[in-house]
Amino acid sequence: MAGNRVGVVGVGQTHHRAARKDVSMAGLVREAAIEALEDADMTWSDIDAVVIGKAPDMFEGVAMPELYLSDALGAVGKPMMRVHTAGSVGGSTSIVAAKLVAAGIHERVLTVAYEKQSESNATWGLSVPMPFAAPLVAGAGGYFAPLIRAYMYRSGAPRHIGHLVAVKDRLAALRNPKAHLHLPDIDLKTVEESFLLWDPLRYLDVCPSSDGAMAMVLGSEKVADASAGSVAWVHGMAMRSEPTMFARRDQINPQAGKDCAKDVYAQAGITNPRDDFDCAEVYVPFSWYEPMWLENLGFCAEGDGWKLTEAGATAPDGDIPWNPSGGVLSSNPIGASGMVRFGEAAQQVRGRAADYQVELRTGKALGHAYGGGSQFFSMWVVGRDKPA
Amino acid sequence: MRDVAVISFVQSAVARDAVHNEVEMLVPTLHAAMAESGIPKNEIGFVCSGSLDYLQGGPFAFVSGLDAVGAWPPMRESHVEMDAAWALYEAWVAIQTGEVDSALVYGFGKSSTGDLHEIMTLQYDPYYVAPLWPSMVDVSAMQARAYLDASGRHEDELAEVAARAQRNGRSNPYAVRAGDVNANDVLAQPVTHDPLRDADIAPITDGTAAVVLAAGELARSRCERPAWIRGLDHRIEAHSLGVRDLTTSESTRAAAAAAGVAAGEIDIAELHAQFSHEELMLAEAIGLTANTVINPSGGPLASNPVMSAGLIRIGEVARRIWSGEAGRGVAHATSGPCLQQNLVCVLESDH
Repeated sequence: MAGNRVGVVGVGQTHHRAARKDVSMAGLVREAAIEALEDADMTWSDIDAVVIGKAPDMFEGVAMPELYLSDALGAVGKPMMRVHTAGSVGGSTSIVAAKLVAAGIHERVLTVAYEKQSESNATWGLSVPMPFAAPLVAGAGGYFAPLIRAYMYRSGAPRHIGHLVAVKDRLAALRNPKAHLHLPDIDLKTVEESFLLWDPLRYLDVCPSSDGAMAMVLGSEKVADASAGSVAWVHGMAMRSEPTMFARRDQINPQAGKDCAKDVYAQAGITNPRDDFDCAEVYVPFSWYEPMWLENLGFCAEGDGWKLTEAGATAPDGDIPWNPSGGVLSSNPIGASGMVRFGEAAQQVRGRAADYQVELRTGKALGHAYGGGSQFFSMWVVGRDKPA
Repeated sequence: MRDVAVISFVQSAVARDAVHNEVEMLVPTLHAAMAESGIPKNEIGFVCSGSLDYLQGGPFAFVSGLDAVGAWPPMRESHVEMDAAWALYEAWVAIQTGEVDSALVYGFGKSSTGDLHEIMTLQYDPYYVAPLWPSMVDVSAMQARAYLDASGRHEDELAEVAARAQRNGRSNPYAVRAGDVNANDVLAQPVTHDPLRDADIAPITDGTAAVVLAAGELARSRCERPAWIRGLDHRIEAHSLGVRDLTTSESTRAAAAAAGVAAGEIDIAELHAQFSHEELMLAEAIGLTANTVINPSGGPLASNPVMSAGLIRIGEVARRIWSGEAGRGVAHATSGPCLQQNLVCVLESDH
């Protein structure tokens, strides 16, 4: 990884819920930030800069809300930045913050991502009709369902694979008290019988709409070495983007995702992700994206992703657990969801994932986020041990 | 810190572009900036942009904006929902890590399609202030009045600033408001938002801007007289207008100090002042003297393409360093109501 070493020294997140009517937007981000500061044994005044991210402003109706949130996040008198890269934003916000430390500009950076979806309706917020453009009016599910059908056709995956992921991630979430969805009675049959939204996606194949925030404190090597708590060291971080549409674009297995994974693996010395990681927190907002991203991220050969899912390899007790926290299928504060992935990966290698802690062998985990029309990717590799 | 320079700068601006959408406005700007840099697209290390969804009226302005780049093969790319001057900051940080040696930075926005001054009302605290719908001109006029009262300055000094902007704008092909105007002409205008007149308020402008940054030897090999970034810092203040001193710009002062403005003479300054009183406040906060030429381009009072107007200030200083017109200059960008957030960039030629 380029630049100075960076460590995650504090992580905090809200209880994700359908509607956090007990807090304002400022209250929501503070809840996560205060927990991260306490975890890092720091106070607001220890922080040098704040980097905040969220998905489109239209989800809450506040333009450039970093301005309104400067007081709440203790940023007054400091540098504050606002990142927006669509669904990947939680990941890219983490990376922008980490680069401030890697570049040697700051010692301690607070990074926060949030969405308060109950302020509006994201599906319609995503589908504003624009002049001279064909109105999609589909939301994210309507956009991705055809890509999923194309994946099923291409790979020959049977129809129940998505439902397996829907069950697996919801059962995992039962061990995560902060997850939005707790569905103890879920099984294959309930998913199969839930109503059809966008073929082949049924209601329970789809992520919820959540209010929530995630925060991390990132420190320099000096800060991390002095930290009393455990540290998740950043071993690699990368972002890649490609255009939404053009004739020969593979929207099912996008090149930008493959390039991003290759870059971050090279930085972190990952040669066989299935063996080299103890777990992965991957942005799976629709159940079928687990097998699709297993292939895109090189955990198996192209066409084999669904076989790993079907064999239980990605379950918490499988050989490569994916989303032991319950994932995006169990909590989806959109703008924060990527940072939740990055932060949950960090918690795993810090040994701080409580009831959903995986066994640490290599001490390395992957955090992943994607956005737009499967075109924006951000990833990092975190490790228990300091990078060489 | 690595030496990083601005090696290319291209802008576009018109009062109202009724023909092109944002992507169409961006294409010529981006490709001219890359051509001017001498760095082919596939060798640009990093791409970062600044835009505002609420200007476009849709949720992902930057996604279609990326189509103008032609991001294929996939690129290292990011976006800030801030003026593109902060995109330049993010790109400068990426170069500082050593990950990349060059970056394309751009900003874009069409203010003419909506009511800019009302749209910016959505920046306020959504619970207590935004529901009152004060436009950005309303609150800035209150700041102007508070500043005049506190500083002992007078409206004719605002008029001097506004008139000079239009006179300087005559040599700027992207000025949408320019002319042989003096302070009396401005004072003859009716006061629309006490103490401000039309000429004191930045004109509605549609436009784009792009800059290419390069590090060390790459910059030297592509540019005869690179404009080196010698200091770059930004700070934010409290949001609530009731809890900060509106008569001074503390965050600009802090950013200027951290950027090392005081380390030498300043030949020129390009200030992102959208109201004439802001230029006076910013010059004070940065510590500029009569020796500095302020807003030789005319500044935002002559041309104000929102979301790139801050980046344009950096470009306007850089091109005067390339030409030898200036040896050291300061560029400033702002975000938020009443100068809430400010960025200061010090640019220098090789000595």
